[in-house]
Amino acid sequence: MSLFQLTLTIAMATLSLCLLLTAIRFAIGPTLPDRITAFDLIVANVIGIIAIYTEFTGNEDFIDVAIILSVFGFLGSVTFAFYIMKINK
Amino acid sequence: MLENLNLEVVKEIVSCVLILMGVCFMFIATIGLLRFPDFYIRMSAITKGATLGVGLILLGLGIYFNQPDIMLKVLAIIIFTFITAPVAAHVIGRTAVRNHSPFWPKTNLQEFEEYMLKDHLEKMKNHDRYAEEHHEVPKPSDGGGT
Repeated sequence: MSLFQLTLTIAMATLSLCLLLTAIRFAIGPTLPDRITAFDLIVANVIGIIAIYTEFTGNEDFIDVAIILSVFGFLGSVTFAFYIMKINK
Repeated sequence: MLENLNLEVVKEIVSCVLILMGVCFMFIATIGLLRFPDFYIRMSAITKGATLGVGLILLGLGIYFNQPDIMLKVLAIIIFTFITAPVAAHVIGRTAVRNHSPFWPKTNLQEFEEYMLKDHLEKMKNHDRYAEEHHEVPKPSDGGGT
């Protein structure tokens, strides 16, 4: 196991821990906007995990998944925010 | 000295450093999301830390592959994230203010309350003017009818 693979493993483990902690905030978040920000961070974490997985396997096709995920993460959070603004008017 | 430099090793080291820095920023942002006391403070931690973390991780990926098309895709993701993260944070923050999401008790709210009071007074003034105009219209017709 080279130093490069060790670094990638550490990064992957840390990002998985981040995902777990974000899931805790998603579960206990007192209000609905808290859950939207937790969803935003989950999307960012998954983009990072996809990037590191691309370096593990050397398969370049996964970068397109990251592009699509960033677009849909932005659309999802904005749509949730407008939905909450509409239902509480 | 430059002939002995192995480009593969340099690429791997630069990529490793960038990825570790990005992961550190992501971890700090996650701890901030979990530990901060207020919704608005949590949102500021997410918006800055996670954006910078994702940008650094993707830059490490682009430097490791060392091909122009992958670098172009990575730059597209980074620029899109840097443009859209503040917009999403602004929309969510405005939603939270409209929903009267509670503030942390130690927050300095003086200017915000003055602004909200002025906004409320403007609304009340406009509402009264609209009501006066609305009531004035039927009076002459009533006088003329009787």
